Amino acid sequence: MSHANNDLRYTRSHEWVIQISDGTVEVGITEHAQDLLGDMVYVDLPEVGDSLTVGKECAVVESVKAASDIFAPISGEVSEINEVLSETPEILNQDAQGEGWLFRMVPNDAAELESLLDADAYQALIASDAG
Amino acid sequence: MLIFERSQPGRHNGAQFQPGDGDVSDIPAVLLREGSLGLPEVSEMQAVRHYTQLSQKNFSIDTHFYPLGSCTMKYNPRACNTLAMLPAFLGRHPLAPASTGQAFLSCMYELQEILKEITGMHTVSLAPLAGAQGEFAGIAMIRAYHQAQGDDQRTEILVPDAAHGTNPATAVMCGYSVKEIPTDAEGDVDVEALRQAVGPQTAGLMLTNPSTLGVFERQMQEIATVLHQAGGLLYYDGANLNAILGKVKPGDMGFDVIHMNLHKTFSTPHGGGGPGAGPVGVSERLAPFIPVPMVTEHYGEYRLLSEVDLPGTIGHLSANMGNVGVLLRAYVYARMLGREGMHRVADFATLNANYLMVRLREESFELAYPTRRATHEFIVTLKKLKDETGITAMDVAKRLLDKGYHAPTTYFPLLVPECLLIEPTETESKEELDGFVTAMKEIYDEAYSDADMIKGAPYSTPVRRLDEVKAARELDLVWQAPDD
Repeated sequence: MSHANNDLRYTRSHEWVIQISDGTVEVGITEHAQDLLGDMVYVDLPEVGDSLTVGKECAVVESVKAASDIFAPISGEVSEINEVLSETPEILNQDAQGEGWLFRMVPNDAAELESLLDADAYQALIASDAG
Repeated sequence: MLIFERSQPGRHNGAQFQPGDGDVSDIPAVLLREGSLGLPEVSEMQAVRHYTQLSQKNFSIDTHFYPLGSCTMKYNPRACNTLAMLPAFLGRHPLAPASTGQAFLSCMYELQEILKEITGMHTVSLAPLAGAQGEFAGIAMIRAYHQAQGDDQRTEILVPDAAHGTNPATAVMCGYSVKEIPTDAEGDVDVEALRQAVGPQTAGLMLTNPSTLGVFERQMQEIATVLHQAGGLLYYDGANLNAILGKVKPGDMGFDVIHMNLHKTFSTPHGGGGPGAGPVGVSERLAPFIPVPMVTEHYGEYRLLSEVDLPGTIGHLSANMGNVGVLLRAYVYARMLGREGMHRVADFATLNANYLMVRLREESFELAYPTRRATHEFIVTLKKLKDETGITAMDVAKRLLDKGYHAPTTYFPLLVPECLLIEPTETESKEELDGFVTAMKEIYDEAYSDADMIKGAPYSTPVRRLDEVKAARELDLVWQAPDD
């Protein structure tokens, strides 16, 4: 099931995050980002146990148009990756904000989530990009 | 259909190839092939028809308008082919001594000199085999220069976000990390961001001017000053040299290194990915590092310079002189144009682009940078069309094939959503440009009246719309005989 826009936090580089019930943080790319990128061809994910630094490249998604870096939205350690994406990257197009999640991570400091954009701020960002 | 699939056992072409007596008694049995060679067996006429029909399926500059932005798909004059294929050029062995190749070497030397004059650089080497290799050579020279200065802390190459993807790839190949410099709303490099980004870690900036956004950098002098004051070097990506040929010299703009794409600006054939030629030019301080071989002249005698003459060189980029056939064609092209001709190339390349841009705007197409004049190319954004009809830039590109036009570059640069990068080149007539506008207008109207039809395009090509995802994921390049 897809996450509702209002439940998510966003980065300026079009990743979304949400803290799920076990305390880990799920990370994906936004519906807007998948629409811009078009049909996905490959997804290159980090490995479980990788230590991520906020703002650093941690994954790559490649579509028929372009290969795009994914940046860690917060710092922490990768606890799980969405392995079905390696065989069926089209899930990213079908459900970017749900089944198409990229990886889950244990945050170093959950307070970092608060510094990310909320849904209104993200909508404003993509509206100004389109302008 | 592949020629292998036309093969019938025993069919051959006796007029062209007489089977020998097959005496292989002097080859040890252990080295002999057990099965057949596996080559197709067809008659002469079958072979001729097969390749003629393949060539007729080709969509090329010889048959159609080809406004592929950033690729400079202009007419390749037949005279360049004819002269580059003179027997003495074709028959020359790459390792033949200079004493038997003076005429050939004089052509290469003069090409070096012409390119120096056009770019305003101190030294030019013809060695790189393609634009990407020219970039590699350029950044390798920047690296060699800093190392020679004992300046090992410069670990970063700056690249504007509008750049060709080869720029950051080249920097990484040469061991640098890459920092992206943003572009402002009117398409210029954000000089304030550049000022913030430079420092003692800056090795250089790779800049394309005019940029891939189809505009000239208006703050070129400021950019050069910022870079040089920080101790960085300025790299000119020559992809768009066609717009300024004979008009402005990158050397005068403050560039330290430049690569040129002769297969673009100097009109050598470059369909199918090659062969190319990517000569590099450098300012005086980088000259010691230039790739070899170089051609030099001394009292009318030409010879090649090697590592012995240029101990600081970054080295060879191929076994010999580079793609000599391409270099010769470019030389003939440059000599045919002359100084005035090169001015005309830039004049008409930019005039054609600006004419086409204005005509398309009149037909309701939205320009990505409406306040700017076009260079030799410009960008149309179809975001509004996609929002209103669901028709994307890719759909329009496919439909153009049905109308007899090669599609412009789609989805590059990445900064502009649903973009078409359109480069008509100077070799197209006004009638051809008007025909393209008419086709674009028809597609625009079809998007509103019959979007589903466009989604199915193309209809008239040898193969219909390809499954790009499948093509990328299940790469299938090798034919296997059914028996294997």
